[in-house]
Amino acid sequence: MTTFKRIVARKVALISMIVIFIIFAAAIFAPWLAPFSPNEQFKDGLTLQGAPIAPNSTYLFGTDLLGRDLFSRLIYGARTSLIVGILANGVAVILGTVVGLTAGYIRGRIGAAIMRITDLMMAFPALLLAITLAAIFSPSLLIVALVIAMVNWVQIARVIYTQTISISEREFVEASRSLGASNRRILIKHIFPHLVPTVLVWATLGIATTVLLEATLSFLGIGVRPPTPSWGNIIFENQTYFASAPWLVFIPGLAIILLALSFNLLGDALRDELDPTQKGR
Amino acid sequence: MVIYIARRIAQSLLILLGVSFITFLLLYILPADPAAQIAGRSATPETLSNIRAQLGLDQPLLIQYWNYITNLLQGDFGRSYLQKTDVSSLIASRIGPSLSLMFFAILVELIIGISAGVFSAIKRGKFADNALMISSFVAVSAPQFIVSILVLYIFAVKLGWFPIGGYGTPIHYVLPALTLGILGSGWYSRVMRSSMLDVMRQDYIRTARAKGAPLSRIIRVHAIKNAILPIVAMIGIDIGVFMGGIVVVESVFGWPGIGQLAWQAIQRVDIPIIMGVTLVSAIAIVLGNLLADLLAPFIDPRIKIK
Repeated sequence: MTTFKRIVARKVALISMIVIFIIFAAAIFAPWLAPFSPNEQFKDGLTLQGAPIAPNSTYLFGTDLLGRDLFSRLIYGARTSLIVGILANGVAVILGTVVGLTAGYIRGRIGAAIMRITDLMMAFPALLLAITLAAIFSPSLLIVALVIAMVNWVQIARVIYTQTISISEREFVEASRSLGASNRRILIKHIFPHLVPTVLVWATLGIATTVLLEATLSFLGIGVRPPTPSWGNIIFENQTYFASAPWLVFIPGLAIILLALSFNLLGDALRDELDPTQKGR
Repeated sequence: MVIYIARRIAQSLLILLGVSFITFLLLYILPADPAAQIAGRSATPETLSNIRAQLGLDQPLLIQYWNYITNLLQGDFGRSYLQKTDVSSLIASRIGPSLSLMFFAILVELIIGISAGVFSAIKRGKFADNALMISSFVAVSAPQFIVSILVLYIFAVKLGWFPIGGYGTPIHYVLPALTLGILGSGWYSRVMRSSMLDVMRQDYIRTARAKGAPLSRIIRVHAIKNAILPIVAMIGIDIGVFMGGIVVVESVFGWPGIGQLAWQAIQRVDIPIIMGVTLVSAIAIVLGNLLADLLAPFIDPRIKIK
């Protein structure tokens, strides 16, 4: 609780939490908040020449290339971005923690061999690997999330690995081992609790990375497929209009930046508070 | 020293071997049949099996991998499904523009990242520090595609200061190199700042201050020199981030490099090209990391080679 209070006391972190809270609320209550259906094409949603309409009092953020309400699509798009971001990052954090913890606890040759896999993964450019995987498996929400998880678990595994090694050498681990505790009990009861702050920080920072990766994949046309709105594919669909209707690119763009920035700033504040070696940096 | 270099090179080769195995597996588990893609829709079963035999697709997995590896070593990255040309010659014709863009983008990253990091560390806790560090977070939180479009809109479409994409003259470099460089500088400035703060706590800095050396001299002569090492290691990692980023930036700016090549291949699901670019990027990353490790002892003589 005290950590929570200290984080709230930081202005930047508090603002980030509020932004995240608002976006979460928008995603959860989308059907009640959105003024229109995200996929309805309005007759008056396009000009006579067939161009999108600029923001006005009916269409708060204007309409897109098909005459749909951008504001409603953004609110529903928050669902996609958050679902993919949280799902992808959840899988990445769990996989990274399990791999790092196991390799760090076993150590020796097997542990090192497991970590060689992460070396291998680090040699791939994350975005290109995600692109390849997404191009191979025809993308759906779940596939996109799994693809992103596959390229993001590596760094978490490395951090957890080094921490597990140093914790395993501490006296209390040896003490409980000499008392006859099983490996499982040592891992869960004695080592893992020390890793919780790290896991928490990565769970927060990682969402920023996954949200950005989803947006980029969707922008390249291999992420979440229209008509399901995601902030990335709204830009992908409308980019040809960017010179005449810039709001179609910049409003969703701003939403992506705000969400990623908030998770990054909150994660950074968490790291400052939870990791004593980082204090004051 | 020689043993260390040899071991590092051997490690790198091993990683590249692993990388090639993964790219091969990805090609192998591909749901789309390459033979069908090459032959087109009207192909008879005989043509298909002929093409399969030609490509060696009817052979067992390990033999196919062996063929794949020996072809790779001879510079043969396979053939594009749709462009009917060798992937290696496509990449060869596109790599130049990408490398030159990478050079200028990393230059911008280093200049902005290092100076912002040093300045932030000096002004630690002050307004300038906070503003710079929040800006660095904005830089790492802003997707390259959005900033690329924004920059193109403002400086090329609205103001008309720069050409709307394209390649050829020095002025074409300005927007893409600055976009990649400024966004990429975020991590550099954060690392540089914390590295500077570490160094400023060291005894030799205190000694220099006690001797009465002016702060600007201490920073220039003692601090930056010692704080720069993590940045060198970062360039190796950064090449990986960069190779992904160029797919987006090159496609937005119409830059005829391997990123644009990959992007065009994505649109047509031309997997051999995507694999080729991935493989070339992996080689660049492994080489970058190798170079960073080999350079480290020369930059900081205190690093003892095991």
